Amino acid sequence: MAEKTGAAPARWSGLRALFGEPLLLATLGLVALALFVLPLGAVARLALFATGGGIDAFVTALSSRSVQRALWHSLESSAVSAAIATLVGGGLGLLIGLTDLRSRVALSFAILMLMMIPAHVTAIAWMQMLGPSSVLLGALGMAAAPGSTNPLYSREGVIALLALQQVPIVYLTLRAALRALPRDLAEAARVSGATPLRLLRRVILPLTLPALLAGFALAFVSALGNFGVPALLGIPGRYVTLPVLMWQRLASSGPSVLADLAVLACLIGGMALLAVLAQTRLLHRLSVVLIGPPQQPLRLTLGRARPMVEAAVWLLLALTVLAPFLAMLATALVPTYGVPLGPDTATLRHFHEVIFTQAVTARAFANSAGLAVAAGAMVAALAFGLGALMRGRFGSGARGVATLAELAYAVPGLVISVAFIIAFIKPLPGLGFSIYGTHWIILGAYLSAFLAMGLKPVSVAYAALDPALQDAARVSGAGFWRRLWRIDAALIAPAAASGAVLVMLTAWNEVTLSAILWTRGTETLGTVIFNYEDGGYSTLASAMSVISVLATLTLMLVLHRIGRGLPPGIIPWRD
Amino acid sequence: MSITLANLTRRYGTARAVDDLSAEIPAGCFFTVLGPSGCGKSTLLRLIAGLEPLDRGQIALEGRMVAGPGLHLPPEARGVGVVFQSYALWPHMDVLGNVAFPIEAAGVRRATARAEAARHLDSVALTAFADRRPADLSGGQRQRVALARCLAARARIVLMDEPLANLDPHLRAAMEDEMAAFHARAGATTLFITHDQREAMALSDLVAVMRAGRFEQIAAPQDLHDRPANAFVAGFIGRGVVLDALVLEASPNRALVQLANGMTLAVRATGTASPGPAQVLLRPTDLRAGGDGPPATVLSTAYRGDHWEARVALPNLPPLPDLPPLPDLPPLPDLPPLPDLPPLIITLPQRVMVGEEVPITLCGGWLLPAKTPA
Repeated sequence: MAEKTGAAPARWSGLRALFGEPLLLATLGLVALALFVLPLGAVARLALFATGGGIDAFVTALSSRSVQRALWHSLESSAVSAAIATLVGGGLGLLIGLTDLRSRVALSFAILMLMMIPAHVTAIAWMQMLGPSSVLLGALGMAAAPGSTNPLYSREGVIALLALQQVPIVYLTLRAALRALPRDLAEAARVSGATPLRLLRRVILPLTLPALLAGFALAFVSALGNFGVPALLGIPGRYVTLPVLMWQRLASSGPSVLADLAVLACLIGGMALLAVLAQTRLLHRLSVVLIGPPQQPLRLTLGRARPMVEAAVWLLLALTVLAPFLAMLATALVPTYGVPLGPDTATLRHFHEVIFTQAVTARAFANSAGLAVAAGAMVAALAFGLGALMRGRFGSGARGVATLAELAYAVPGLVISVAFIIAFIKPLPGLGFSIYGTHWIILGAYLSAFLAMGLKPVSVAYAALDPALQDAARVSGAGFWRRLWRIDAALIAPAAASGAVLVMLTAWNEVTLSAILWTRGTETLGTVIFNYEDGGYSTLASAMSVISVLATLTLMLVLHRIGRGLPPGIIPWRD
Repeated sequence: MSITLANLTRRYGTARAVDDLSAEIPAGCFFTVLGPSGCGKSTLLRLIAGLEPLDRGQIALEGRMVAGPGLHLPPEARGVGVVFQSYALWPHMDVLGNVAFPIEAAGVRRATARAEAARHLDSVALTAFADRRPADLSGGQRQRVALARCLAARARIVLMDEPLANLDPHLRAAMEDEMAAFHARAGATTLFITHDQREAMALSDLVAVMRAGRFEQIAAPQDLHDRPANAFVAGFIGRGVVLDALVLEASPNRALVQLANGMTLAVRATGTASPGPAQVLLRPTDLRAGGDGPPATVLSTAYRGDHWEARVALPNLPPLPDLPPLPDLPPLPDLPPLPDLPPLIITLPQRVMVGEEVPITLCGGWLLPAKTPA
């Protein structure tokens, strides 16, 4: 045991070094190839270079009336809903970030619920709340006349619910910007005699303008890829967006339209990437260099108005988060759709049905839970490895993979699932079977779309580590894998776990990716809820949605617990 | 030689953090690198540890080449110990786990490693803290855990990056003693980085003064103080003033110089200096109040704990009486007036007032071997 590593000949350590970082980089490179390069490359190749593809294919696609309409609907709904979300989310962000409102974490948590509850469930809940057979409005005697169309089946309905879903995105972006704002700047303005309103107009708003624009762009991209809201509200309302059109074409004609879909996927994916690019450019151009460390944020006192403002904010959240959920719960409790809810009509039959009786719903719960856990764990592991490589001498390679992950995160989910079908519908070379129709293709799509989500907390945690901890392990004689296992694993674990839970939440709730990847046997929770609602089984869809929302809430509370003592910026609603 | 550094160069962009630096550090030596912040001393440490690659040059440790053209042994294969400025204790391991880690990394089973680590922990008197987390320790205790971790690595070479910088001043003095004891016990060659000359003087066998990526001088602490190689070292170490002077006569290790104000002075020197322009260093101990020296004006005073320090201005000597003009030569041109001497520093046992006049006798000085701009 005497002079161990110190005496190792140089050439040995050179050879051994190959099994450290290079091995991990090669592994992650292969994973990136399978998750990002192959699928997205296959879409581009099919759309641009296949026979009949290229410019002609785009011209043909764009000259179709339905594509033109869908394109316009996508742009219109995304832009208008993002603008509304920027106003509302920005307002809430300023109010909660700058004033002395109480219970800010609880408020943030409630606002985040708007995003965490998936689009199709939100759509179902609002349909139940505002529709003609609304149990809730019925109980209040305010329901619309029976037989009348649900007011949400319209352009306005789609835009309103899309806006609601994007509010948290803008809210989070603005809160982060406000936290980074040195308090001195605001205090200097106050000392110079500025009233709170002037302070807001002349100092705070100009300095947070880049964040608001970034929030708008992110909301736009997110709305562009939304499938649940326009599918459930837009199809009956004759307001079809591009993702819905792609889904309809695939559902009606099967994989023969893949070339056609690749063109549409390129179209919408390109739009999303352009928006992200524009946002990055704008941010770069507009951002002012802030001097001084971020400090305790400003707390403008609202004085006697505070209880009023608090009541107004909580009322708004009750109306947009709680009321739809209660409406959906009411629908899940009535024996058949349309029957008023009362003590003698309420029944748990639908819950019993979806949990114990129906094979397909039980399978969906199991599939979604298994896929979510697998996706969360694998994303955490990939992010852990990528983060470790990013700070070393292979940093550029690892950052390349991270950029691909960001790219896949930015393009709409439907593009990812179309890409996975195109890339993996044929049998795998050398293996002789195709993963299409299995759980693997859905898991692959989840990993591709959600890796960026799990990577963010992990890279924040890596950046917060004292680099000397690594150096100390190196000079103690520990090789790459020992350092990874004994030093990094323990220190990064909490952040990786919260990333994993975020991914689980998203995978548990998603419908966009599995909507065209599911087959008999691989149904997910999202697809079954969607198909039940689509097929008119509102009570069953509502019961499943209630269960999925409760599971979501539980996971969020778990995340809240993990988040104690983590560096800020990892748990979205924590200060 | 324990550490051999040959022509080390490390560039960041166009800046050279370490610039063609060479040195030989004998085995068992407590070698301190002393320099202002940004002089490249931490980079030098990271180069020796293998945490940074070399751009040029060679490093040999214990006679084994570890870095050079086409060779970069990773830190884990160099077998050096490092005490980091932040101590870099792993927060998720207990104290014993931190100390046992290098032993485990050498391939020893965990239980055996912990048993051995306990011995090292005992030698820094921290056995009672074995199962604490680093966060629950005081600064001095963390320091001792870091030292025990170095002992456990059995490194023959220990590098320390300003390990006392994060401690309270009163704790620092205690830790200095502990450092000296640690060095005596481990017997390892120690390379100690600091910007604090007091620390460097107290601890070291040899001190290297570093500036802009190079060593200006390597010497024992007292030599560094008494016989600095150039104006930078003279100004960086201790108190004193560097003056321009003219060497009038030189004998081995002595020289007679004339200061700008016309005064002449016998100073110590190295070898036999060549006559002509030079620089002399006057430490406060080279000046004595009283005697028959010219009266100097006190410009400012500061109390330094057990003595007063004063900046004093020496007058110019009266011009020499006019000589009778020599008949065959043209008259001498008018000489420019003699420049004022910069103020000198003197220590005084009692307080003096600003503006007071004190007679000053110059009783020695040091002729700087190399004339470089300060």
